[in-house]
Amino acid sequence: MSAAVALGALSRTRRERRMRAASTTGILAAAGVALSITALAVGSVAIAPADVIAALAGTADGGEQFIVRELRLPRLTLALVVGAALGMAGALLQSVVRNPLASPDIVGVTGGASAAAVLAIGAGATGLAVSGSALVGATVAIVLVLAASGRKLGGTRIVVVGIAVAFLAQGVLGYALTRARLEQAGTAYFWLVGSVGSPSAPETLVLGMLVAVVAIGTVLGRGALAAQLLGDETATAVGSRPRRTRILAVTASTVLAAVSVAVAGPLAFVAFVAGPIARRLRGGGPAVLTAALVGAVLVLASDLVAQNLIPGTLQPPAGLVTGAVGAPLLVWLLIRAARQEGRA
Amino acid sequence: MRGAALLGLGLALAVALSLALGARGTDLGTVLTALTDPGALADPADAVAVRDLRVPRTVIGLVVGAALGLAGVVMQGVTRNPVADPGLLGVTAGASFAVVLGIALAGETGVIGLAVWALAGALVTSLGVGALARAAGDRATPALLVVVGFAVTAGLGTLTTLVLLGDPAALDRYRFWTVGSLTGRDLDAALTLLPLALVGIVVAALLARPLDALALGDDVARGLGFRLGAVRGGSLVAIVLLSGTATALAGPLVFVGLLGAHAARAAVGGHHGLLMPVAAVAGAAFVLVADVIGRLVAPPGELEVGIVVAALGAPLLIALVRARRAVAA
Amino acid sequence: MTATAPASVTLSPDAPGAAAPALRAENLTLGYTKVRPVVHGVDLAVRPGALTVLVGANASGKSTLLRGLARLLPAHAGRITLDGNPIERIAARQLARMIGVLPQNPIAPEGITAGELVARGRYPHQPIFRGRSSDDDAVVAASLAATDAASLTERRMDELSGGQRQRVWIAMALAQQPRILLLDEPTSALDVAHQVEVLDVLRAEVDRGTTVVVVLHDLTLAARYADELVVLCDGRIVAQGAASEVLTEATVRDAFGIDARILTDPDTGRPVVLPRASSLGSSAVVSQERMQ
Repeated sequence: MSAAVALGALSRTRRERRMRAASTTGILAAAGVALSITALAVGSVAIAPADVIAALAGTADGGEQFIVRELRLPRLTLALVVGAALGMAGALLQSVVRNPLASPDIVGVTGGASAAAVLAIGAGATGLAVSGSALVGATVAIVLVLAASGRKLGGTRIVVVGIAVAFLAQGVLGYALTRARLEQAGTAYFWLVGSVGSPSAPETLVLGMLVAVVAIGTVLGRGALAAQLLGDETATAVGSRPRRTRILAVTASTVLAAVSVAVAGPLAFVAFVAGPIARRLRGGGPAVLTAALVGAVLVLASDLVAQNLIPGTLQPPAGLVTGAVGAPLLVWLLIRAARQEGRA
Repeated sequence: MRGAALLGLGLALAVALSLALGARGTDLGTVLTALTDPGALADPADAVAVRDLRVPRTVIGLVVGAALGLAGVVMQGVTRNPVADPGLLGVTAGASFAVVLGIALAGETGVIGLAVWALAGALVTSLGVGALARAAGDRATPALLVVVGFAVTAGLGTLTTLVLLGDPAALDRYRFWTVGSLTGRDLDAALTLLPLALVGIVVAALLARPLDALALGDDVARGLGFRLGAVRGGSLVAIVLLSGTATALAGPLVFVGLLGAHAARAAVGGHHGLLMPVAAVAGAAFVLVADVIGRLVAPPGELEVGIVVAALGAPLLIALVRARRAVAA
Repeated sequence: MTATAPASVTLSPDAPGAAAPALRAENLTLGYTKVRPVVHGVDLAVRPGALTVLVGANASGKSTLLRGLARLLPAHAGRITLDGNPIERIAARQLARMIGVLPQNPIAPEGITAGELVARGRYPHQPIFRGRSSDDDAVVAASLAATDAASLTERRMDELSGGQRQRVWIAMALAQQPRILLLDEPTSALDVAHQVEVLDVLRAEVDRGTTVVVVLHDLTLAARYADELVVLCDGRIVAQGAASEVLTEATVRDAFGIDARILTDPDTGRPVVLPRASSLGSSAVVSQERMQ
């Protein structure tokens, strides 16, 4: 009798989860497509959606085709790729250390990457050297954070340690910015906000390939990631290898965060908020791929808002929106989570 | 008490070093002569170095460090949060954003005017962070508040950039100011703001006993006859005055309040009547030592005090969370 | 009566037998949100110079009522008076000299010693900017002695056992020299020996002339120590009086939802509450069902 009841409940929740996964993915994808078409259509020259499709297909007239395919499409692609990378970087780290506060932008990874990149820019580096430098900075930061947090990853220690590292990175950044020439410093400040306004095809391609690799890895390792949420002992008990999962996930998260910082600058809080939003939409679990979709939608929407809705001649970068909207959103999420925890 | 005496000795030593060390080495005898009878010096450049450069930055370092150390104690007391610090919780960032607004939007240049902006910024951020902490209720863990403070700092940083991007001259001034530095401020400015800090000190002193009671829990404090609203309001005033003044003088410094409060706690325990003066001494000593280190590590140039403070403070915060279960829980 | 305290110091300003202050709740409604009060229109005259114990099931409003009496929770309706004066008209410091409060879960700051903690109970008596006087020290010492905690004075709170810690906290409330002492579940999380230890301290305080109101969970211990037992259910007082009169099978069933047998302690003549075996029957049914 009661076993049958439980079985019914289980199969019902399983169906509901699938439905929820499908509907979440569908809604996010639809939002992404709609925003993408908008991004291609609006700007200093407005293009009708039908003409956008035609331009993409290569059947529109030369001017429109150039605007859509050469000007707007690269920017759009970069926004999507960077957003996906940041979303996955955040969700991965949050999952494996079992702490929703522990995203790369909070625990100093983004800060380390930024400081190292600005140091490199100040020293005259460009392109790949900046990316490499950002990767070094991010790696130093995450290694420092993990080493200093010790074994107790599940607690909030990693967060406070991470913020200490983030403020340390800010000190280094301050050093780099005061030593640079003024116009370099100005460029660096702009870059530090985070922007998808100057896409380069090879950079986008590299980041896109990284996103694809990690996405595939996440699909293959989704059981291990889900087990990780139960704690190391339980994960081991259900046949997972938590240590290996953690190393892989932290590495993937760090590389994604570092390269996106190098390519687009630290778009504040995208990595932090994408995970919680994705988990909320999905109703739990690691939700790494959903976080990628959320991140992509967030960056794209932010860039659209920054380009079109903020008045003035100066075109503010997307990071302004993620920073200004993300900070309050982050705080709200924190308070809400704290209250729920208090009620439970 | 031996710890307190050591901190006092450390401060005296830091003052002496701050007056004696720099790009131009001067022995203590020369320093004394420069202070008492500058005409008697063989090289007038020594007098200039000591009196016009090192005395101001030493005085400013003392004021800023003491104010932040004290503000740290009040903040930790009123939030019962061992990692509270005016920098970590975003209050100095709020003050510094307001200063930028004052410069860029209102064209403010005067010391008093900018200090008013700084105080207003510190007030708004303190109120905001305090309200958020109250909203989270019992679950406002140390880590949560620090994340909120970091979010505030980062969000304001983005907005600051927006304000400054169109204005290279302001950006140039801002980038040096925001690092946190004791140089380039004249002594008169510090002295003008001193009354504000003094009011903050008096308010903090009045709070010593209420904060002792608050440490035992809200209900016990009320049972002992303290009104929580008054205690929190007074703490807000003290924090705003102290950290606002410090930020107006030296830019946003992180970790000074944290270090001052914890050094004092280690030295004299949790009694606020003792904790406060000792934390002020420890904060001042920390800022001066950091400033002296900054003068020595990168010759011929200098590192700004804010960079050294961050480099010394980050490991300290990490050591603190590793040592204390209360923070990591 | 002050055998355990130094002869020169009296913890309670009144000699035993003198008129003790009267704390009354009149038509008191309390709660954490306006829409859902926890305590509904309660009238309670605390018996001066007696040990009053508030009991009731979880969420019956007993702690809420105590917090209301301690002015930790504002009244939605009705009022609380001390000797006829509404307590919100009495200055907070003055009230703190008359009513000592020990809430649930007080916080002992890291590294604080028992003596330092108890000394903080003197704050309501100290003018601002004046440090601790030798008079204060005498009261602190007497308070520690009264709770049998004098030997703990220099020990750190985090080294003490639960029972020792609770006695130090009571000493802190006593250092206020209150005439009324309100304690919210001071024995929760203590084993039975420590519970008895804490209640003996409260009993001795009452014998010294202090009025004590305490929230307890254990009905048998409550019956053993109470001069006056107050039973709450759903935010209302359902019975009040001497334990032997109040603790009937009907009251226990109504207030706690269990069938219990009420025995009489042969030593004290006080009632002992023993839940009946059949009242556990419902869970036995569940486990039987699971077997099928």
